[in-house]
Amino acid sequence: MSLPSIERRRILTASLQAMLAAGSCAFAPPLLAQQQPLVTRPIPSSGEQLPIVGLGSWITFNVGNDAQARAACTEVVKAFFAGGGRLIDSSPMYGSAQSVIGDALARLQHPQALFSADKVWTGSDGAAQIEASRKLWRIPRFDLLQVHNLLAVDAHLPLLLRMKATKRLRYAGITTSEGRRHGEIVKLMESQPLDFVQISYNVLDREVENRILPLARERRIAVIVNRPFRQGELTQSLAGKPLPAWAAEIGCTTWAQVLLKFIVSHPDVTCAIPATSNPRHALDNMLAARGPMPDQNLRRRIVADVKKLT
Amino acid sequence: MSEWWTYTLSDLLMFSKPTYFRLFALLNEAVWPAHLVALLAGLALVAAIVRGAGKAGRLAAALLAICWIWVAWTYHAQRYAGINLAAPYFAMGFALQTVLLCWLGTHRRAPAIASWRGPLGGLAFALVLAGLVVYPLFAVFDKRGWQQAKVFGIAPDPTVIATLGMLLLWRAPWFLWIVPLLWCAVSGATLMELRSPQAWALPAAGLLALAAMLVARLRMRPLPRQHQHTSSTG
Repeated sequence: MSLPSIERRRILTASLQAMLAAGSCAFAPPLLAQQQPLVTRPIPSSGEQLPIVGLGSWITFNVGNDAQARAACTEVVKAFFAGGGRLIDSSPMYGSAQSVIGDALARLQHPQALFSADKVWTGSDGAAQIEASRKLWRIPRFDLLQVHNLLAVDAHLPLLLRMKATKRLRYAGITTSEGRRHGEIVKLMESQPLDFVQISYNVLDREVENRILPLARERRIAVIVNRPFRQGELTQSLAGKPLPAWAAEIGCTTWAQVLLKFIVSHPDVTCAIPATSNPRHALDNMLAARGPMPDQNLRRRIVADVKKLT
Repeated sequence: MSEWWTYTLSDLLMFSKPTYFRLFALLNEAVWPAHLVALLAGLALVAAIVRGAGKAGRLAAALLAICWIWVAWTYHAQRYAGINLAAPYFAMGFALQTVLLCWLGTHRRAPAIASWRGPLGGLAFALVLAGLVVYPLFAVFDKRGWQQAKVFGIAPDPTVIATLGMLLLWRAPWFLWIVPLLWCAVSGATLMELRSPQAWALPAAGLLALAAMLVARLRMRPLPRQHQHTSSTG
């Protein structure tokens, strides 16, 4: 499902222009930031490029049958694609999130840029669950499937690898969240032919820097980062606090951008997946995928300053 | 590797506070004017408590059974299940409580309602009134508006609080307490995770009712069936 970069750029630019022209998004991103090229990273196992910011759907897209909330989620997806995004991540564990994404994709006439990432999360029939998820997304196949929080990984990972071998899936991976079961993650990274690993990582939770991120580089595994804002805790605690002067050096105008740039500036991270129900925040998050990134010194300073302020 | 115990409550809470409370706004909008019927049921419950004699116990059990099955279907199964994977199990729990209330109401010995005068009876009556009147007001206190009010007979929390009061007045058998007390824990924990200011209310009502029931059991002999208003519950 990869697109030539020129074609993708044309689609994204057209989407953004159409959206802004239609006034469907009250938030117009700073023009200068939007003009900066989108930063992408290769998936090590294939070389395919992914924008370094994706879109998560945990909690934010689980809105049930609420038509008004579903329409708002569609606006989020629209803003995400307009900002240059590709990877959307979900799970059968996220309640109605998958069907909300499917609705949004259908309303947006199935954007070609989509890189679909979902999970298998059941103790029994993984294949049936994957098929049910695919129908909810309303797509012909997933780009990436991951074993959610290692649940029944002994059964599900071989299934995903078989699907990949038979071209019914492009990439296979595993996930964890909030720092749990890192020992098992490491064992699987060392022993299995994984394309992706998904972990929690943010300015304050940095345990993965010690073992998992270096191992991902060594084993050529792409890394997706969930909970970049600690489920909103970080952005809420920093709300209203002025940005330090160094934020301008990396083109950041919000704390969310700073927090995301800290994550995606790690050379072993492929993509961070902040979740939001606000289209303005989706566009704001996508700006973190553009412009200069913090160097090692500034990364250390970000950690120190955020620790002081939270 | 089915390590379910590695999931904490915050891992399993899969919806936001606005989504949760919007659910009640949508529910209220969809079932209106069922609220008027629920209000009449609530008034009938109060009348049954005040009257206490005759078939009042059976009437109260029947009214609550209808409320529980209505909540099981319209809230848990039809709406909450849309955002919470555990909601079908909650629906089953509420259906089970309906069966138990039907059993109580149709038992050959009608459930006696103890007097609402005195400390324990007064507490029980206060719980019923809290479910009918006070709990729905939390939506206004929280500045969420009437649209999102949790109403007795429509939403689970006030229905459970009123039921706890009735269980106390009935000196109901222990197995009728299980589902309501479990719901106090589940809903209280959910609201705590959502950081709702009203999170304390349901667990507090559950603990209060449980303590009162234990005191009643320790201090008094069980009320004889078909013998209403025999003594003060205080």
